[in-house]
Amino acid sequence: MSNVWTLFLESFPKILLPGLTMTIPLTAISFFNALVIAVITAMAVYARVPVLTQIIRAYIWIFRGTPLLVQLFVVFYGLPKVGVLINPFPAAVIVFSLNEGAYCSETVRAALEAVPVGQFEAGYCVGMSYLQVMRRTVLPQAMRTAFPPLSNSLISMVKDTSLAANITVTEMFMVTQRIVARTYEPLVLYIEVGLIYLIFSTALTFVQRWGEKRLSAYLKRG
Amino acid sequence: MLLEIKGLCKSFHGQQVLKNVDLSVDSGDAAVILGPSGAGKTTLLRCMNFLETADSGEITFGGVTRQLNAMTKKEIRDYRMQTAFVFQNFNLFFNRTALGNVTEGLVVARGVNKKTARQIGMEALRHVGLADHADKYPHQLSGGQQQRVAIARALAAKPKIIFFDEPTSALDPELTGEVLGVMRRLASEGMTMLIVTHEMEFARTVSNRIVFMEDGEVVEAGETRRMFTNPLKERTAAFLNTTQNVRLEEET
Repeated sequence: MSNVWTLFLESFPKILLPGLTMTIPLTAISFFNALVIAVITAMAVYARVPVLTQIIRAYIWIFRGTPLLVQLFVVFYGLPKVGVLINPFPAAVIVFSLNEGAYCSETVRAALEAVPVGQFEAGYCVGMSYLQVMRRTVLPQAMRTAFPPLSNSLISMVKDTSLAANITVTEMFMVTQRIVARTYEPLVLYIEVGLIYLIFSTALTFVQRWGEKRLSAYLKRG
Repeated sequence: MLLEIKGLCKSFHGQQVLKNVDLSVDSGDAAVILGPSGAGKTTLLRCMNFLETADSGEITFGGVTRQLNAMTKKEIRDYRMQTAFVFQNFNLFFNRTALGNVTEGLVVARGVNKKTARQIGMEALRHVGLADHADKYPHQLSGGQQQRVAIARALAAKPKIIFFDEPTSALDPELTGEVLGVMRRLASEGMTMLIVTHEMEFARTVSNRIVFMEDGEVVEAGETRRMFTNPLKERTAAFLNTTQNVRLEEET
């Protein structure tokens, strides 16, 4: 039993380190991109911009309708066939951004549609343009509504980044697999890496609560 | 004449809701549009601020005549800068304080600097008796207070005319009074107003002109006292009388 504990403690920093240097940056960068994609695409679909709306719907359809793992493989192992070589980390960022962007786009669109039309009308009547009302009034309200489901997406994404191990990104899960290969202690080590994911997710849950509180000043139930 | 509408027509899904409506408002008028539900009063008001686009008709404002359905975005925006609209359900910006609601249009649409906007905003809030509530969010205010903030928002733009779309219909009787009180004061100060309302007593005592509508048409328009005492059309007499009788019955 003491061996197991020693192994646990010794491997902890070894697994945590790629968590800090890979998993977190991969999640942070990808999620930021996903948010940018989501807001732009959701606004375009919300405004029913012709052609663009159809293109965005097709994008969402494809990225929601195919497995994330398949998307990773297509980009990392498939694209080199046609001369597009992308390093593991950027390949993972591209796939996670696009995949998450597709889901978040629908979240943001639903939140935009939940804002009463009267907010636009009031803005127009004081002389504001569509984009001014969107930026100052409608989008901020929508982002408040979208905040909890977007937090959900973020937390899912932290865990999904473990799939990047399959395209040779040396993130936490891959490092764990390597230690397992050396020590033959899968139970302890996989529970351990699970625990670290749990710590990350828990931290994000607290960030979500704090964020919701800060954004709630104007809501009835703050 | 400050504002004149001629031959305004509007259909929704093939059903004509406004038929050749003519209407004019002079500077300083407190004009009230009366009529049964479904008469097209609200649609008319919304067409007059381009929240709905009329199918045809023309508008003369500040001496310039234009087709209602052929105005450019810029022309509409210029027009809206000179007018204001008060909604039935207030439509305050939920994510802004009372003061923020009043200054939003000034700062964002007109480019007034924040400090000046704040002064104008506080002045407008004081005018509706809500200076103490400047930092409250809409949900922290009663319906009547929210509508007064909406009126302050309208006033801050120094509009040539304010459109009121049933400003008290979403309020319970106790709160109705405070909003009508503010409007009464604006009328006495000479603010030009075009008001859709079901408040007969308010129409009778505050307005100087009544426009009576039914089935998408203006049945009769005229000076308030004459409309109530000596209406030319039978239908006008019936409407103004019935509603008054109901009032009397309620009182006894």
